[in-house]
Amino acid sequence: MEWALLIEQFLNGVQFGVLLFLLAAGLTLTFGIMDLVNLAHGSMYMLGAFFGATIFLWTGSFILALVLAVPIVAGIGIITEVTTLRTLYQRHHLDQVLATFGLILFFNELVQIVWPLEGLTVPVPEYLSSTVPLPFGIEYSLYRLMIIGTGILLAIGMWLLVTRTRLGMLIRAGASDREMVYALGTNIRLLFTLVFGLGTALSALAGVLMAPILGANSGMGEQIIIVAFVVIVIGGIGSIRGSFIAALITGLIDSLGRSFLDVILALFIPINAAEAAAPAISSMLIYIFMAGILFFKPTGLFGKQPN
Amino acid sequence: MIDWKPLFTRRGVVGTLVVGTCMLVPIIATLIDEPYYMNLFARLMIWAIAAISLNLILGYGGLISFGHALYLGIGAYAVGICSYYDINNIFIQVPIALGVATIISFVFGGIALRTRGVYFIMITMALTQMIYYLSISIEEYGSDDGLIIYVRSEFGTNIINLDNPFHRYYLIFLVMVGCLYLTYRLIHSRFGYVIRGAKSNELRMEVIGHSTFRYRLVCFMIAGVMCTLAGVLSANVEKFVSPDVMHWTRSGELIFMVVLGGMASILGPLTGAMVFWLISEILARFTEHWHIIFGPFLILVVLLSPRGIDGMLGKRGSGSG
Amino acid sequence: MKKIFITIAVSIFLIAPNAYSATVKLGFVTTLSTPAAVIGNDMRDAVELALDHIDNKMGSTDVEIVYGDDEFNPQKGKQATERLVTQEKVDIVFGYIWSHVLLASATTVLDAGKILISANAGPSQLAGKGCHENFFNISWQNDQTPMAMGEVLNQRGVNSVYVVAPLYAAGKNMVAGVERTYKGEIVGIDMTKWPDQIDWSSELSKIKAANPDAVFIFYPGRHGPAFISQYEQSGLAGKVDLYSVFTIDSISLPRFQSAGMNGVLGTTMTQFWAPDLDNAANKKFVDGFKAKYGKYPSFYAAQSYDAVMYIKSAVEAVGGDMSNVDGLRAALEKADYDSVRGEFSIGSNHFPIQNFYSREVVEDENGVWTTSVREEVLTMHQDVYASECNM
Repeated sequence: MEWALLIEQFLNGVQFGVLLFLLAAGLTLTFGIMDLVNLAHGSMYMLGAFFGATIFLWTGSFILALVLAVPIVAGIGIITEVTTLRTLYQRHHLDQVLATFGLILFFNELVQIVWPLEGLTVPVPEYLSSTVPLPFGIEYSLYRLMIIGTGILLAIGMWLLVTRTRLGMLIRAGASDREMVYALGTNIRLLFTLVFGLGTALSALAGVLMAPILGANSGMGEQIIIVAFVVIVIGGIGSIRGSFIAALITGLIDSLGRSFLDVILALFIPINAAEAAAPAISSMLIYIFMAGILFFKPTGLFGKQPN
Repeated sequence: MIDWKPLFTRRGVVGTLVVGTCMLVPIIATLIDEPYYMNLFARLMIWAIAAISLNLILGYGGLISFGHALYLGIGAYAVGICSYYDINNIFIQVPIALGVATIISFVFGGIALRTRGVYFIMITMALTQMIYYLSISIEEYGSDDGLIIYVRSEFGTNIINLDNPFHRYYLIFLVMVGCLYLTYRLIHSRFGYVIRGAKSNELRMEVIGHSTFRYRLVCFMIAGVMCTLAGVLSANVEKFVSPDVMHWTRSGELIFMVVLGGMASILGPLTGAMVFWLISEILARFTEHWHIIFGPFLILVVLLSPRGIDGMLGKRGSGSG
Repeated sequence: MKKIFITIAVSIFLIAPNAYSATVKLGFVTTLSTPAAVIGNDMRDAVELALDHIDNKMGSTDVEIVYGDDEFNPQKGKQATERLVTQEKVDIVFGYIWSHVLLASATTVLDAGKILISANAGPSQLAGKGCHENFFNISWQNDQTPMAMGEVLNQRGVNSVYVVAPLYAAGKNMVAGVERTYKGEIVGIDMTKWPDQIDWSSELSKIKAANPDAVFIFYPGRHGPAFISQYEQSGLAGKVDLYSVFTIDSISLPRFQSAGMNGVLGTTMTQFWAPDLDNAANKKFVDGFKAKYGKYPSFYAAQSYDAVMYIKSAVEAVGGDMSNVDGLRAALEKADYDSVRGEFSIGSNHFPIQNFYSREVVEDENGVWTTSVREEVLTMHQDVYASECNM
């Protein structure tokens, strides 16, 4: 096995994991505190990509795209929360799944009307478009390294926020015992809106960051949101730490699986069969992993056990 | 002595209308020379059968299965793969389909029912995704392109010939009515009381000595097998099967039909399926961007009428359907 | 009394011509919603242009067209087809971008004894054992275009190739096609999850490690631009040449241009047609399309336009009598009309026998990015499945 390829795939996995974390953090917070299953979280990621790409194409400044697009989308998220989602907090999960599925349909169609049907393509900003030499003769994309760095910084920031601030205390309290927070006499509505806005902002940020890599397309939200759900389920709902670890594991499984599964399978079965089976199995890998985790730990790695 | 009274309630009138429409469609369609509507309703009833089966676990059992379309796939692929090997006899195809469905629903139910709430939603979806990707990767059976079914299932007699649209239609109609009747009987049996009891208070059921896990597993399996029948019928209407029938959005549509019609009502899934198709047909003719209206409509239904169409028909005693 | 008689006679006289020369009703199925509608809209534009060019007439018969939307979903496509056949009662059904939609819908049209013409999808199933006397394809069989690409790679002395394509039927056909003709070494094949996977970091790292002479890809629709931007970011662009089929077209080129991705210029692909292919019919089509819609037509558009002209030749051959299916079929087998692709013929399996060209991305005189024909790679090429068809 070549070390260079292994390390590069490891970096790819970490980069994907970090992206998943940015999405999963918001999901797990809204779930842990408001008890809300929000399928439309991926739509905020998509809107982030569209606004980011549009502003970047207009102004030519990627920084400006980040600075403007994230608050715009967070604003849209807060409007959605106030008008629609707020009424769903006390409702059955089923109602939440359906209503937020309705939101997905709405936002997907909306971007198809507002933006060109074929979506947008934007380049990587000039100063980040080079590759960086690493040991073992690896040349790795500076832009992807920047995403890894940003993601890890944000993960640390989230950890500090949750463990060191008053908001974080309320978040932890809400995740472990929802009724407690109601009893504390805090302004619950404001807390919920704040947490929702924070989650949306992280998701939108992920969208802006990914736009130069993936482009902006209608429907890009669902593809990733399902994986993000897998992540928070593996990590245990409500746990930021759990979703960070699960995001990295999922990212690594995905990228290493895509890369080495055929080689690993070939140890057990004929090479032809291995090459035929590998792509199919690698698409199933994270689901198999999740089913396995839930079989042994029905509330995920760091989820609270039911009473 | 048959009690005709329930027929004259609002719910009874709507139910009679819905089932009656399904029964009369072929005759009307022939009279006005619009055979298109016959196939449209045949499809609609297949969706209804799938929704009726989902209603068992979702409506009565309170378990949100987000992967129910899996069984549509199993049924349709059983017919498709059999016909690929020139096995067209329905008396071989159906046992194969139901056998596979029984095994899969037993294994998947056993895994999924260990979890609760969102974990259950996610794991049912994940398990279906696995089979979905499996069906895409098997090139022999068409992978993503799907399988054309050149010959419809054969009964080996001329009395029922599925190539005849009337025979096909009324077979589907009979299966649907059978599923409705089975649901009615199940719900009013001891089994049904345990399932419904476990939905509202699982602990109490455990305390009075019912293993809710086993009851739920059986319920999950019955629902899966029933839905597989819908898949078998669907293969005979479409003469085609592709992985698309198992996509997670199909499972979502099934859930919506159940909720729209009214959960835990026997005829709810049928009315739900009808209204769902009607709305999407009308909106799609009105604009290509019909989802922009359909999305908010979905939200409004959930927000304003949590008990669906059935809920609009007035209050109901807990035991009736 | 006499007055009434005259009135009746006059009205019969007025009605009569209509009663005898019925209109030809055509059904066109394509994707008109979801993001894939960007292809469907291009096809519909081309059909409308074709109807303009023939003045809505085939011979002396008026033409009416009904569109059906497949919503990028085989079941919905089948339903739309069924509506066209049983409710709209069209005479001929054509269109179809996607193989799975076409396969699902085929039985509906063919069981009704009507003629079905694919204007894009060319799955091997319908070219080989599953061929049908009333099914025609006016684009190409899936394997042909990558076979032409294999020849291009041979001619350019490319010794090793890495192949990346989506894991679905057309993707597999593309890989099989290039394997059929390419004589060098294929150092790796990656089939990726379709349509979910839009990040190829893992595959690009493998390509780097394998260090091939060239990379061959097939990514239709919105995946193409995403792959190519990531290819540039990975540092492979400029070191390893990128060859593609059905990935760069006039729908994605404006996207590349507005994003300033100059790496696309000069890349090579193969196709049976190009906007600058030199013949009168093509010139009329491309100029007309640019004048009406202000952009270059895609190959999807070219095929759709061509399909209308193809049908016109058959309708004229039977004098507008659409009940004469045998006559229509015979005329379609002759394919006697001026195609935008130039000379071609219809093979025994009802798929075209035609030339394939290499094309390159260039900037035209107005600074717009487009593709231009370089050379003829395959001459009057017939697909490999034709021999399996017993018709």
